[in-house]
Amino acid sequence: MTATTIEAPRSPSRPVKRRGVNWEKWGWIYMRASGIVLIVLIFGHLFFNLMLGDGISAIDFGFVGGKLADPFWQWWDVAMLWLALIHGGNGMRTLINDYATLPMTRGVLKSAVLAAVVVLIVLGTLVVFTFDPCPPGQPADLLPALCAAR
Amino acid sequence: MPQQTAGTLTAAKKSTTSPRPAGTLYRGREGMWSWVLHRITGVAIFFFLLVHILDTALIRVSPEAYNVVIGTYQTPLMGLGEVALVGAIVFHAYNGIRIILIDFWAGGVKYQKLMFYIVIALWVITMLGFTPRHLINVFSH
Ligand code: HEM
Repeated sequence: MTATTIEAPRSPSRPVKRRGVNWEKWGWIYMRASGIVLIVLIFGHLFFNLMLGDGISAIDFGFVGGKLADPFWQWWDVAMLWLALIHGGNGMRTLINDYATLPMTRGVLKSAVLAAVVVLIVLGTLVVFTFDPCPPGQPADLLPALCAAR
Repeated sequence: MPQQTAGTLTAAKKSTTSPRPAGTLYRGREGMWSWVLHRITGVAIFFFLLVHILDTALIRVSPEAYNVVIGTYQTPLMGLGEVALVGAIVFHAYNGIRIILIDFWAGGVKYQKLMFYIVIALWVITMLGFTPRHLINVFSH
């Protein structure tokens, strides 16, 4: 048998753009940079919520309200929200590029991912920064301990 | 194993009778399976994240609404699901470091198989630390 030649994985479907910002390169860099930061944020999130104290069984409004009353956890959660959604959304874009072949399907799927990412980033950011840990008129035993002092 | 790019394979380099082309990072064995797992875990985490942001957003609605929904995360079945979810995240995170090392560290391609087994070993250690603790929290309350 003679030489086996493996074709280059893919030839570009349109001519390679040589001017302007190389967005694919920055996306590639973003996946790696955000991944490193996400390890710290996600492992810290899981350790604090699931390993300390009674873990999952201690999570309720009082627990989360107490966390989100603190700017440290507000910024922790917002950073995690933005970094993870954009990382995951861009990763999903890679999968769509790999598996969806019809231009129509690709467009619809990528728009759906983009819409989900934008809506959830806006929603999550609003929740974190407009949230009241001591909502008026709520039973005191459901609220974080810090509300008793108010 | 000789290092070469994934693109071409010449007769001179074909030293085995195996029908499978040698020397590619993403065809068969550790390279491919780590990629398959990375992809599946990435998608699974993404879909969980969509739901998780929605359930956490209920904190802005009312204490009762949040407590009812988070209560479903505390059932035995979901407790087991959380072990699977944490397992997926931990694999994706550790293998993500492996990918970054393959890209940026000069020895990365040469040691990618070894690094895959290190990822598996660290995953087992992490899950041995997490799983008992989490299952006690799930089943003793
Ligand atoms: C824990 C920290 C994380 C690290 C270190 C990490 C690392 C990586 C790396 C290095 C890639 C490869 C990108 C490329 O080949 O260009 C990747 C892909 C991906 N990640 Fe993550 N990631 C993390 C968290 C997450 C999270 C939280 C999600 C979901 C929201 C996610 C979803 C994905 C998806 C869907 C892909 C695409 C998979 C593919 O192309 O096969 N990752 N990740």
